Amino acid sequence: MERPILTTRTVPPADAPAVPDATPLIIPTDAPAPGRARPAVPLRREGPAKLTGAALYADDLVVPGAWFGATIRSTEPRARLLGIELDEQFDWTRVVVVTADDIPGENVVSLIDSDQPVLVPVGGEIRHQAEPCALIAAADRGTLREARRHIRLRTERLRPTFDPLQSDREFANYTVERGDASAAMADAAAVIEGVYRVGHQEQLYIENQAMIAVPRKDGGMTVHGSLQCPYYVHKAMKRSLAMGDELAVVVQAETGGGFGGKEEYPSVIALHAALLALKCRKPVRMIYDRHEDISATTKRHPAVVRYRSGVSDTGELVAQEIEVIMDGGAYCTLTPVVLSRGVLHAGGPYRCANVRITGRAMATNTPPNGAFRGFGAPQTEFAAEMQINRIAEALDASPLDLRRRWVYREGDVTPTGQVLRESVGGPDVLEAAAEAAAFDRTLAQTRSMREGRTDGARVATGVGLALAWHGAGFTGSGEVKLASVASLELTDDGRIRILTASTEMGQGTKTIFPQIVADALGVEYDEVEIAPQDTSIVPDSGPTVASRTAMVVGGLLIKAAGQLRARVEAQTGRPFAASYRQAGPMRVDERFVPYPGEPFDDATYRGDAYPAFGWACAVAKVDVDLDTGEVTVRECVSADDIGRVIHPMLAEGQVEGGTLQAIGYATIEEMKLVDGRYLNDRLATYLIPTSLDAPRLRSILVEKPFSGAPHGAKGVGELPMDVGAPAVVAAIHDATGVWIHDLPATPERILAAMTDGTAPSAPGVSLEVPAPRTPAIEDLPRGGDEMPFRAPTDPAP
Amino acid sequence: MTFAFTVNGSPVEVEVTGSRRLLDVLREDLGLTGTKEGCGEGECGACSILVDGDVVDACLVPVSQAAGTEVRTVEGLAESGTLGVLQQAFLETGGAQCGICTPGMLMAGEAFLASGAEATEEAIREAIAGNLCRCTGYTKIIDAIALAAERRSVA
Repeated sequence: MERPILTTRTVPPADAPAVPDATPLIIPTDAPAPGRARPAVPLRREGPAKLTGAALYADDLVVPGAWFGATIRSTEPRARLLGIELDEQFDWTRVVVVTADDIPGENVVSLIDSDQPVLVPVGGEIRHQAEPCALIAAADRGTLREARRHIRLRTERLRPTFDPLQSDREFANYTVERGDASAAMADAAAVIEGVYRVGHQEQLYIENQAMIAVPRKDGGMTVHGSLQCPYYVHKAMKRSLAMGDELAVVVQAETGGGFGGKEEYPSVIALHAALLALKCRKPVRMIYDRHEDISATTKRHPAVVRYRSGVSDTGELVAQEIEVIMDGGAYCTLTPVVLSRGVLHAGGPYRCANVRITGRAMATNTPPNGAFRGFGAPQTEFAAEMQINRIAEALDASPLDLRRRWVYREGDVTPTGQVLRESVGGPDVLEAAAEAAAFDRTLAQTRSMREGRTDGARVATGVGLALAWHGAGFTGSGEVKLASVASLELTDDGRIRILTASTEMGQGTKTIFPQIVADALGVEYDEVEIAPQDTSIVPDSGPTVASRTAMVVGGLLIKAAGQLRARVEAQTGRPFAASYRQAGPMRVDERFVPYPGEPFDDATYRGDAYPAFGWACAVAKVDVDLDTGEVTVRECVSADDIGRVIHPMLAEGQVEGGTLQAIGYATIEEMKLVDGRYLNDRLATYLIPTSLDAPRLRSILVEKPFSGAPHGAKGVGELPMDVGAPAVVAAIHDATGVWIHDLPATPERILAAMTDGTAPSAPGVSLEVPAPRTPAIEDLPRGGDEMPFRAPTDPAP
Repeated sequence: MTFAFTVNGSPVEVEVTGSRRLLDVLREDLGLTGTKEGCGEGECGACSILVDGDVVDACLVPVSQAAGTEVRTVEGLAESGTLGVLQQAFLETGGAQCGICTPGMLMAGEAFLASGAEATEEAIREAIAGNLCRCTGYTKIIDAIALAAERRSVA
């Protein structure tokens, strides 16, 4: 293959490393023609249950005698809680009220830090709108609704902080340094600077947060809920309810989407339901409606990324100075890890000898931010890709050629000193997506359209490209600390059962696990069962997050299967498939052992930040309405190197869904805040893409297997989230000639940029001005049997 | 009050207040929890059902308006224990991921197929525009409906 040439007037091309000759193995997608079914065996394991309505999500569970629970929340961003007042006129004998005093264990939602209370105690500080201060439960919804009108929080307002740049409370800070960025910057022939800002994004799983707590006769508590990480909830219950391992039990119900939003928040709702259940000694249902869910649960972290890049006179990227500020919201949650991932990905997938990346996560008086697909990387990689595109523009270089020249190749070294020894698919995905989308030709077309555009033109078309990397599995030393266990058992009646805590939330765990285990055992897919995600049954395989399930837990299962097969064959002297039914009971527990490579040092931020990286490229084509600034994404082609593909159809589903979430992030999804409260806290006002907003999504799977995992898989869930937004914003620039530095690129921001008008306020930062009096959450009409059309006198059903 | 209608072909009678949401009647009074609630205000389409063949959001319909109608829900789609054509197409193309929008999507898809409209991509997008999905990006859902249309036209 020809050495890529950087076309530039100002910077002559230098010796770029040769493009590896190896042609990537590309799985033909064949997908684009509607109406074509792909041979996709095995089919989704729980698919028939979901397609017939038989699958039981938390709110579908019938629990006789269960009471209904509700949360009494703050309606101020920062205040001292002086008292919780119960109206004496109301009959409280039919209701239980739980306050911080009722918590048997520690008043802490157990996570990284111990800063978040389960309930704000009287005398304590309220730190955000929607903060839980008390809980109530009643036998019927009517009584519950009535009761919440008779409970009031007495508070003394304190001065809130909304701007992370003004905050003096820090959750975490990190510095990654390689070479001498200051000296290299000073010597650079060209320096390009930029400031990029992104706001909150709501996960918007279609099933709201839901949890049902059931007290048991043995004094224990079982919660059934919509969740990603059973053992996170388990740990939180043990600590706050002062229960031992066996007394606290967590069972995952069918889960209607998570995307990170059900990583840590379910601990909060589980504790609330459990505390009410302890007090009323009845099962308690805590089912959020959409309004409460958007108002109170975690969002993607807003961020400000300041970027300086130095390019040498030979056209090399010689220096990167990057500063990342994230807004953690009121409590720590998972913020340090989100920031860490953001910092580690902030340089983008590009070779650079001199890099300094600093990151700080600050507290504000807004609801806590948390996990969301991509986990810090989409924020910083948006900035990185904006920066590369702006450098390409400054150098008059093709954005594709510049990336061909700078993208990591095998043997390159990352800012933490990690040598990328293998499975480096950046160049492959770049070429695959660019070719499939005919990027060069399309770019030439849009350029000629732009040059031929008359003043009366109403619509402008543009094309944009973005490239990203995404570390597979937990960051740094995370997997070592997790020490996950996955188990396989042969029951005494001859069944093969997978035992892991890895949850199914649509991504395909329940399909790919039996698939890879069946493959390793030499049996049919249908012969392998999967045990329920119930902490009294399955071991702690770590959380279902960080694109780690297929790679890490799947890898453990393959090793376990190898052991099980060897033991059975040694015992019976016959092939596993022919003899396992009589060989049980038998169980293999496989514990994580570190991947090869340099251990990561949390103190210095040196070493292998991830065992391997996934690589993604997206090419987006947009139309921009020049009168309204409205963006329509016409096409999006993605290529993703996810290592060995286990199940092409499910993997494509991940890429397509993640891409549309990224397009939403790029164009329409924005939380507006006033006085620390989300204004658009309903589905009528927080918009996500519909089928009419979505382009046809085309995904190309590229396989660069990772040898550290027995099956070579690297994970796919988060990767597509990193590239969609910068590709769309690059396409908007190609169409209009303006750069939109703040996400989302709303019509208002685009029009302001095109007309030099006043841009809307920065995304993610609450306006200080107290809103005109808006009803408190508990005063607003709710779902369920409280629809507005109900007359006030109408008896509750 | 008593309200009588049919659900998936079977006659039912419920004794409830007339403003009770049809969604709650289906889920809580009749035990048909296949129909889901996503927002309770007609934005997400998770509770889409068919009332006399029309797609409606069950969270916006008071049961009084269902009296005398034929209601169809996801529970009525499987034919004698096997998946219907549209359900099978969803399974084969990957149209269902987390599954929470799936019952509503299926009902919108059923109404589209019943309309006899040509199954172009644009027409299918229009038909499911009231049903939000956060998992799939819609592409495989559209493929599923197109596949079902093709199979039904052959059958």
